[in-house]
Amino acid sequence: MKLDSKIPGGPLAEKWDRHRFEMKIVNPNNKKKFRIIVVGTGLAGASAAASLGELGYEVKIFCIQDSPRRAHSIAAQGGINAAKNYQNDGDSIWRLFYDTIKGGDYRAREANVYRLAQVSNQIIDQCVAQGVPFAREYGGYFSNRSFGGALVSRTFYARGQTGQQLLLGAYSALMRQVGEGTVELYPRQEMIDLVLIDGKARGIISRNLITGEFESYAADAVLLATGGYGTAYYLSTMAINSNATAIWRAHKKGALFCNPCFVQIHPTCIPRTGDYQSKLTLMSESLRNDGRVWVPKKVGDKRHPNDIPEDERDYFLERKYPTYGNMVPRDVASRNAKQVCDEGRGVGETGLAVYLDFSAAINNLGKHTIEERYGNLFEMYKDITDEDAYEVPMRIFPAIHYTMGGLWVDYNLMSNIPGLHVLGEANFSDHGANRLGASALMQGLSDGYFIIPYTIGDYLAGIKLPKVSTDHDAFKEAVSEARTRYEKLLSIKGGKTVKEYHKELGDILWNNVGMSRNEKDLKKAISEIPKLREEFWQNVRVAGDMDSINKNLEFAGRVADYMELAELIATDALYRSESCGGHFREESQTPEGEALRKDDEFTHVAAWEFKDLGKWDLHKEPLVFENVELTQRSYK
Amino acid sequence: MEKKNINITLKVWRQKDAESRGQFVSYQVKDINPDMSFLEMLDVLNEDLIKKDDIPIEFDNDCREGICGTCGFVINGTAHGPRSGMTTCDVRMRYFRDGDTILIEPWRAKAFPVIKDLVVDRVAFDRIMAKGGFVTVRTGGAPEASTIPVPKENADEAMDMAACIGCGACVAACPNASAALFVGAKVSQFALLPQGRPEAKQRVQNMLAQMDEEKFGACSNHGECEAVCPKKISITSIARMRREFWKAMF
Repeated sequence: MKLDSKIPGGPLAEKWDRHRFEMKIVNPNNKKKFRIIVVGTGLAGASAAASLGELGYEVKIFCIQDSPRRAHSIAAQGGINAAKNYQNDGDSIWRLFYDTIKGGDYRAREANVYRLAQVSNQIIDQCVAQGVPFAREYGGYFSNRSFGGALVSRTFYARGQTGQQLLLGAYSALMRQVGEGTVELYPRQEMIDLVLIDGKARGIISRNLITGEFESYAADAVLLATGGYGTAYYLSTMAINSNATAIWRAHKKGALFCNPCFVQIHPTCIPRTGDYQSKLTLMSESLRNDGRVWVPKKVGDKRHPNDIPEDERDYFLERKYPTYGNMVPRDVASRNAKQVCDEGRGVGETGLAVYLDFSAAINNLGKHTIEERYGNLFEMYKDITDEDAYEVPMRIFPAIHYTMGGLWVDYNLMSNIPGLHVLGEANFSDHGANRLGASALMQGLSDGYFIIPYTIGDYLAGIKLPKVSTDHDAFKEAVSEARTRYEKLLSIKGGKTVKEYHKELGDILWNNVGMSRNEKDLKKAISEIPKLREEFWQNVRVAGDMDSINKNLEFAGRVADYMELAELIATDALYRSESCGGHFREESQTPEGEALRKDDEFTHVAAWEFKDLGKWDLHKEPLVFENVELTQRSYK
Repeated sequence: MEKKNINITLKVWRQKDAESRGQFVSYQVKDINPDMSFLEMLDVLNEDLIKKDDIPIEFDNDCREGICGTCGFVINGTAHGPRSGMTTCDVRMRYFRDGDTILIEPWRAKAFPVIKDLVVDRVAFDRIMAKGGFVTVRTGGAPEASTIPVPKENADEAMDMAACIGCGACVAACPNASAALFVGAKVSQFALLPQGRPEAKQRVQNMLAQMDEEKFGACSNHGECEAVCPKKISITSIARMRREFWKAMF
C-alpha cells in the first residue's frame, strides 16, 4: 500500500493557500444533497459540524454524552496557542511552526504543522467573535502567557478553563445550527462500527445507549472526532467515558493506525492513593513555573518533608538541567520522576510520587502572590488529598494524558478509506512524538473550523457516490455482528468484572509500555496481552441486559477493544527501537541518559494495517524535512 | 494523621426506566477509605452488586473533576451534596461520619424526566441553547480579535457567568424547578460583552420562551440555585436577565 500524503507542492508558506485554490468546490445548491456524519462533539467534532451545517450540508452528529457540551475537550485547563504576536516578543507563524515540529521531536509532517500555525490566528478571531471570554488586561486587550516552556507568550487563556470556554463556543455554534435544522443531534449514542460500501465509508452503526437498540445511519462521508485512546491504560486524566471504540472499529475495517506508541505522560498529576481509584487528576503545568521538584537524597527516607533539611534534598531537575530546571518538557520531567522513584526515593504512602515545593516561592514572592497565581489549583489539591500545599509540599506523579498516535490521515484529513475523515486527537498528524502544551485545543479547532470545511468539498465534488440506504446488506451485517458481540459479552457470566480486567490490562501497559520502555518488557507485554484477552472472553462478568441503559455493558465493549489495541501499542513500541518525544527506549539513549533518536532508521510514520487479531502489516510514510534541520533536543 | 475507614448505609433511588415506579433501596457499604470520592464509593458498591448478580446503580458521570457537568444527584436533600461550590464527583467520603445513612435521589423536575435510577434527561437545556445561546457569526466571518476590546471587569464577569457547566443542580434545588440561573448565566455572559449585543433582544426572548415551553417553573427569588451551584454563579445573573428581558420590550 502506498501512502500518499497529498501534500501540495510549492514553498511551505504557500502550500495551504495554493491547495485551497486548487481544491474543488461543491455547488452551493448541491451541498444539501450530501449527508455527513460526525462522531464526537469535542472541539474538533462540534466545530466541524457547525461549520459544515452553515455551509449547507446535511449533518448528523453523534455523541455518547447526554449533551454535546460535555465532551472531554472541556477539561483542558492551560490555554490555546496562536501566533498573533500581540506581545511583540518575536513570535511568528514560522516560530510556532518550528517550536511545534521540534517539540514533536521531528516525527510530524512539516506541511501539516505549518498549516496549523497559520490557522492558529483565525481560531482566536473566531472564538473571540463567538464571545469566548479570554483573559484581558485593563486596556481591554488580551492577556497572553508563556506556557510549557515556550520562550514567547503566545498562549490565550480563560482562567484555568480554556478548554471549557472554547468547547462552549463551538457547542453554541453547533446548537445554532441544530436550531436552524442543518444539523441533527444524536446524544447518548455510541458508534459501534463503520460501514463500508464499495470500499468507501458510507455510514455507521451506533448503539442507542438508552434503549440499547443498534441503529444504522447512511451518509456520503463519515468524520471521526472521537479523541484519543489513553484510557486503554485504565488510569489516566481522561474522562471515564473517553474510549477508542470508534477509531478501533474503523481500524479493523481497514483504516491505518499510526504511531500508537506515542503516548503523552503528563508530569503534574495528583498521585494515586488506593486501589479503588477511578481516574487521575491533572494539575496545570503552570505550577512548575514556581514550584521546585525534589525527593530525599537518601533511599527510603520516610521523614515528614518539612523535617528533611535542605542539604538532604535532591532537586533533581535543577541538578540535571541547570538551564531549564523545573521547566523541562513534559516527557523529560515525567521520566526523571519515574527514575528517582525506581531508585526507591519516591515519597508518599506508595513511594510513587515526588514533591513539588512552593516554600521558596512563598518566601520570595509572598503567600498572596502564590495564592493569586495558583489559588484554585491549591484548593483542588486540598479537596482531593486533604493536604494544604501552602504548608506541606504537593505530591505529584506522572499520568497518561494525551495520545499523539491515531488514525492515518492525508493532508486533507482523510484516512486511507475514501470518505472516512479523522479530526483532532483521533488522528496522528500534527504533534509527532510529543505534544506541546496549549496545542491540543489549537489542533482540534483548526481541523474542525478551518480545514475540513474545505477538504470535504474537494472529496465530495470529485467523486460519484451512488445513493445507499440502511437496507443495504453491509448495514445489516454490521448490525448483526455488533449484536452478536454484545450478546456474547452478556452471556459469559464469568468470575471477573470488566473493571478488574481493565485494571489488569492497564497495569500491563503502564509497567511495560509506560514512561520508559525496553525490549524485554515490551515482549512480555506482547505475550501477556493476548492471554488476558482470551481470558476476558472466557471469564468476564457483565451485569444487566441489552435493552436499557447499561453502563457496565458499554464498558465491556470498550475494554474488549482495548484488549486488542493494547497489543498494537506494545508492538509499535517494540518496533520503534529509537527514543523520541514521549517514547523512551532504554536501549537508545545518550551517555547522559537522554533520549536518542535514530533519524536514519525511523524518520517515518509507522502505519499499521490490521490483518487479523494480533497481526498487522507495517507501512511507512517517510517524513521529509525541507525547511527545518533535525537537531537533538537539549534542555541542559 | 491516621485516617479510619468508615461504614455507611446508602438509601438509593432505584427506578427501572422512565415508565416504572421507583423506590428507595438500602445498601451497606463497608470499609470506605475517607479519601475516596463519592462516585468511587458507588463504583465499589456497583462492583459488589455485579458480583452478586444484581443490577448496578446507573448514574451519569464523566470527567470526574468537576468541569463537564455530567454527574449530579441529590445527596441528603442537597443537590451535589453537603458542600457548596462542588459537583457530585468532587464530593469526598471524608465529609461523612462512620455509621451515617446517606440518601441519594436523582434531580427531580418535570423538565428533567428520570431515565433510569439516578440518570435524568437534561436535553431541555440543549433546546434552550439552540434558541439563542450563541453569537451569530459564521466560521471564517470573524474580524481580527484585537478589534473588539473588552474592559477587563466585563471580561472577568462574563467569565464568571460563562463558567456554568449545565449540570442542572439549580433546577433540582429550586422549589419551582426554574431554569432561571442557567438561562440567566448565558444571557448575562453575552449581555456583558460587545459581541452579543446586536441580537440581544431575540436572544433573551427566545431563550425564555423555550424555558417556559420546557415546563421549567418561574423564578421567585429563593436563591437555592446559587447556594448549590458548583461554579458559584450569582443570582445577579437572573437580575441581569430580567433587565435584558424588559429592555427587549422597548
